Amino acid sequence: MIHAAVMFAIGCYALALLFNLWRIVKGPEPADRILALDTMVINVIALLVLYGIWNGTAIYYESAMLVAMVGFVSTVAYCRFILRGDIIE
Amino acid sequence: MDQIVEFLIAAFLVVSGIFGLVGSFGLIKLKDTMQRLHAPTKATTVGVGGVLIGSMLYFGLIKGSLSFHELLITLFLFLTAPITANFIAKTYMAQRVREDTLPETGSDYGWALYNDPPEPAEDAALRHQSSRKP
Repeated sequence: MIHAAVMFAIGCYALALLFNLWRIVKGPEPADRILALDTMVINVIALLVLYGIWNGTAIYYESAMLVAMVGFVSTVAYCRFILRGDIIE
Repeated sequence: MDQIVEFLIAAFLVVSGIFGLVGSFGLIKLKDTMQRLHAPTKATTVGVGGVLIGSMLYFGLIKGSLSFHELLITLFLFLTAPITANFIAKTYMAQRVREDTLPETGSDYGWALYNDPPEPAEDAALRHQSSRKP
């Protein structure tokens, strides 16, 4: 049962990643693209954790944690670059 | 007992998968950028939280190695999601929203996006003045 549930959740998040990619390609505003990239990072975290359940190893948490941190920092850096024209003033 | 635990974990995973899908579907369905900001920042965060809780239950109850790293990731995501949403909204406002279309802030200062922050001395003086007012 868990096998099927993990399969279903992986399918959902893969489809969600495609939706995000569509918004990145189409999005009229830079804010849309930043938002889609941030959502993509969150979906990738979910995929990493699901892959960890699939393989039965707990080693993917560290990578999920690192992806979460890097994603947050990159989103804030992108926003600051558009807001102020510079990342570190 | 094992059946119940498996069912619980499977339910967490399925529900969180649907939440993540709905969050990303809102990103392509909604019309305006400010509307689109709602879907991923809320639904997707709940979806990832559900996946992490399901994973914690799986490793704690079935594999027998309980760890709290998942809670750390959940906490981090729940802390950073509002901050990124605020930054993205500010980015949109700086590019597309004019200051004279916004309502008054109702305090001594204007919108933080368009006005410089008050100096500390000026801030204290303003607060002193407003407390003096009857």
